[in-house]
Amino acid sequence: MPRLSLPFVWLDTLWIQVSGTLCNIACRHCLVSAGPKVDRHRMLSADEVVKLLDDCEGVREIWLTGGEPFLNPEILAILDACLERAAVGVLTNGMRIDEPMARALGARFREAAHNLEIRVSLDGPDAAANDAIRGRGAFLAAMGGISRLVTEGVEPIVAVTGLEPEKKVEEFHKMLRLMGVSRPRVKWIPPFKVGREVARGGGYAPFEGLNSAQVEEPEAPHRLQCGTSRTVTSQGVFPCPILIDEPSFLLGARVSETLVPHPVDHPACSTCWETGFSCSR
Amino acid sequence: MQPVIAERRVALFGGAYSNWRALDAVLLDARRRGADAVAFLGDAGGFGAHPDRTIERLREAQLITVQGNYDDSVGNSREDCACGYTDPRDNRFAQISYDYTLANTSDESRRWLSGLSISRQVILGRHRIGLYHGSPRRTNEFLWESTTPLGFIRSLCLQEDVDLIACTHTGIPWERRLPDGKGLINVGAIGRPANDGRTSVWYTFLELQGDRVVTEFVPIEYDWRGLVEDMAAEGLPREFAETIATGWWTTCLEILPSRERFRGRF
Ligand code: SF4
Repeated sequence: MPRLSLPFVWLDTLWIQVSGTLCNIACRHCLVSAGPKVDRHRMLSADEVVKLLDDCEGVREIWLTGGEPFLNPEILAILDACLERAAVGVLTNGMRIDEPMARALGARFREAAHNLEIRVSLDGPDAAANDAIRGRGAFLAAMGGISRLVTEGVEPIVAVTGLEPEKKVEEFHKMLRLMGVSRPRVKWIPPFKVGREVARGGGYAPFEGLNSAQVEEPEAPHRLQCGTSRTVTSQGVFPCPILIDEPSFLLGARVSETLVPHPVDHPACSTCWETGFSCSR
Repeated sequence: MQPVIAERRVALFGGAYSNWRALDAVLLDARRRGADAVAFLGDAGGFGAHPDRTIERLREAQLITVQGNYDDSVGNSREDCACGYTDPRDNRFAQISYDYTLANTSDESRRWLSGLSISRQVILGRHRIGLYHGSPRRTNEFLWESTTPLGFIRSLCLQEDVDLIACTHTGIPWERRLPDGKGLINVGAIGRPANDGRTSVWYTFLELQGDRVVTEFVPIEYDWRGLVEDMAAEGLPREFAETIATGWWTTCLEILPSRERFRGRF
């Protein structure tokens, strides 16, 4: 039987796994099970990124992720190459943003040819809640990064994995205002039951997944972010940052050869469908 | 529909948002400047008060018209404005404005809105200009300056086979041009200020100078106090009236990229 697949519309959003699965911490819910010694997907060099960008004509926004992007020693060169071509977002745990890096980001936040967003992941508005998932000391270190960013005029977006945002969003806003953030912005990420999250909260049930009627809806490729995006790691091109450890979702070696329908038969696809979630917006 | 051929000057505006006072001022200014054609890029209602007054004027003025997401929603009595916001608080404000607009738009106006085309073309000299509400791809796509790269604009022009793309939807005017003159112009909105701390609103004037199309963004003053009074009398949110009176956006801000957001006050 052919696999359930989604039409591809156009390449709006490009995700680049610039630090691979390498991270300075190992969160208990990490989708890609990243950590200090994890190199299933290796870091990308600035040269590799430039080559990749040349293959992605017309892209609107680029998101840099990992692992932890600021572990990549060429992150500024990568950032500049991307900002020259499109709007850029960086997903970070904020812990590695020192003063010189904050200053460099501040200049780009104000003056680059395109928009720059820095998105710092947190799991609680205080050390107790946050560090239970991200490890001891993670909260203080992230606050250090946020405060250095704010000093340089960069107001980060905070990303929180969890449910019931309406109950908790005010707590995050309060904490961010105390940090000097004038316009607190919080993005909620539904828990995907993949990666390390499977050991923590359990995996998907066998019946979870999309059906052909859903995928055939004309709006489906807009409702699912993979209808307009691709993700690149050192291993190749995947439909999204969520499924980079699923070999059957490896679509090809170069982005331009993967802009065709792709499979959406992973149970995680049902989380995208139900929540209308997009990793970028 | 056939492209409209204009000799030298085209006036373009979008996002009237029930602001008939600003609409009168724009139409007067465009005529005074000798526009050969005037185009409305969609969203007649929303935000302000008494949508029918704006729609009646748009119909009488015999413009080139494009349908906005608001026009499609009101015209077809849909549940919401399909503005494309992602934040719950923004959506709450958007819904107040939509429910008011839907309830105050006559059947005749709705029929007119639902019959508008989603794109038109204007020929100016050797330049073919595509007119859209959000983007050529989606009526409610937000094209902000800081998130609309040249490579993307080049692809859109190629796909649409046009030299220039004109759109609105975001409410802030800007343009980006490629070295060959192709490019994208966001014409701004006349219904509310551009989050720039001024009470004036913006429309766009294109003029053929030699072989080039030159863009001018035109600020328009109008009786904004009258609009603020109408909005209060109709019970519309104070936050909306504050935007009209100060020039700073107070709601529906979460959709803005950082670059545009931090130019504003909120
Ligand atoms: S998990 Fe979501 S984004 Fe990834 S392939 Fe499935 S539907 Fe697409």
